[in-house]
Amino acid sequence: MSISKALNKSLWVYHVNTGSCNGCDIEIVAAITPRYDPERFGIKLVGTPRHADVILVTGPVTNKMKDKLLRVYHQTPDPKLVMVIGACGVSGGPFYESYTLSGPVDDVVPVDVYVPGCPPRPESIIFGVVTALKKLEEIQKK
Amino acid sequence: MKESVVSAKKPIKTVIGPIHPALKEPIKFIFEIDGEKVIKVDLAPGHNHRGLEWMATRRNAVQTLYVSERICGICSISHSIAYCRAIEQAADIEVPVRADYLRTIFAEMERIHSHLLWAGVAALELGFDTLFYKAWEVREDLMDLLEYLTGNRVNYGVLQIGGVRRDITPDQHARINKSLLNYTILFDELYDMFLEDTVLRMRCRDTGVLTPEDALKLCTVGPVIRASGIATDVRQDFPYCAYGDLDIKAITPEALAGEVHGDVFDRIIVRLLEVKQSIEIIQQSMKKMPIGPLTNFPKLMVLLNHIKQAEGEGIGRHEAPRGEVFHYIRLAANQESPLVWKVKASTYSNAMSWVKMLEGEQIADIPIIVASVDPCISCTDRVAMVDKGRTSIFTQDDLRRLSRKKTERIRQGLK
Repeated sequence: MSISKALNKSLWVYHVNTGSCNGCDIEIVAAITPRYDPERFGIKLVGTPRHADVILVTGPVTNKMKDKLLRVYHQTPDPKLVMVIGACGVSGGPFYESYTLSGPVDDVVPVDVYVPGCPPRPESIIFGVVTALKKLEEIQKK
Repeated sequence: MKESVVSAKKPIKTVIGPIHPALKEPIKFIFEIDGEKVIKVDLAPGHNHRGLEWMATRRNAVQTLYVSERICGICSISHSIAYCRAIEQAADIEVPVRADYLRTIFAEMERIHSHLLWAGVAALELGFDTLFYKAWEVREDLMDLLEYLTGNRVNYGVLQIGGVRRDITPDQHARINKSLLNYTILFDELYDMFLEDTVLRMRCRDTGVLTPEDALKLCTVGPVIRASGIATDVRQDFPYCAYGDLDIKAITPEALAGEVHGDVFDRIIVRLLEVKQSIEIIQQSMKKMPIGPLTNFPKLMVLLNHIKQAEGEGIGRHEAPRGEVFHYIRLAANQESPLVWKVKASTYSNAMSWVKMLEGEQIADIPIIVASVDPCISCTDRVAMVDKGRTSIFTQDDLRRLSRKKTERIRQGLK
């Protein structure tokens, strides 16, 4: 089965916080509320990584959360995509020099889509998910 | 005849966390459970430790201001007010009156958005999805207003040591008044939805009780201690910013119900009434706000130099939506960065009250009791039940399902 055949209907996303400040997290929830309503495209927040197609990672990955992020990553069934939400997950952001960081998210798990911003607007989070869909289509064409 | 079986039951140890799918930051709970009852509760926080206080000693005071905003994305104004006030006290910086009023207005707007956010989360945990979407939809209007005034939806970047960075101009008053009027009408609607609903009342009354004695003993702060009937509020007890000029009284559930239970329902009452109070505070401040400069240090280099020369220590307190936040700063002469920065956030004070609230309650009530504190760190995602070597995994979904089933049972029982 090709990757996008498994994912071409709807994307279910799972959100994992690896030490972020709550800013991105409330924007992710704001993105699923009536004003933006991405559920009309089938984008839905789910409660367990085992149901998810896309993992949204927020936060700079603290040492204590590194193992947990890896566990969530391995619990998510293939094919899967990883999206980083927020500047601190992309590059460390304001916490770049902290002694508790296991590096930005792409040092821990492979990342497909980056959504920068501190925090990004709900529109850009939804745009990120759409970009992920496009990326899957391109993979299928090849 | 059957012999009565005496089972040597051991309580089951249940671990919740540290990853939560919805809103909250990671924290781990360890419950000891007998049947449906919670016997013992333990906490394991620290997954979110980012070493902010250490980072402050490597950056200058203004750079640290933006780190202080990112302690928590929901209370970003609260932490930066407390941080600014600590630095201002240490370096002897005076804040213009207009800036004080503007800080008050921004802080109260943040309180409204935070309480609405909490109301949505509480409704979600109870299984009232419509109410969750309603609360978050009306919250968007305030996010628009904050964006209109400060330029950002979250992490506003509007404060500066010694003042504020943006003014509220007279032509912006109309937009603010429109929103406030809108919220005054919506308040009555939310009041009906939350406080007049029989199922919600049955679900939350006498759930997660915190007695006034325990509240004082555990040093809880904010709406949690006020819901236990103790009228304490930093804005009332130690006025700062413009709060001294305004009419503020700590809100306890007595104001509405005439009695204090110290339960989840009382916490809903206190937070809803505080939304109304915040609307009134903003209206009062807009009327009383004098005209004047926004800061006494318009040039950033002058400000940084002043802080570099200064020596001493200062504290900043602010009543954040979740309770008092406290910042301590020590400045050394000829050093750009603070020597020490210590932050005590409100959830730190409130965390231990979970132990008292949760003991003796049902598993199905865990989500709403944990949410009733409005934690900045929390996590009820994965539950591993370890019973005689067998391990089964509960997810947040399972917990929420239990919670919803209980609501449904009560609803059926009413018919």
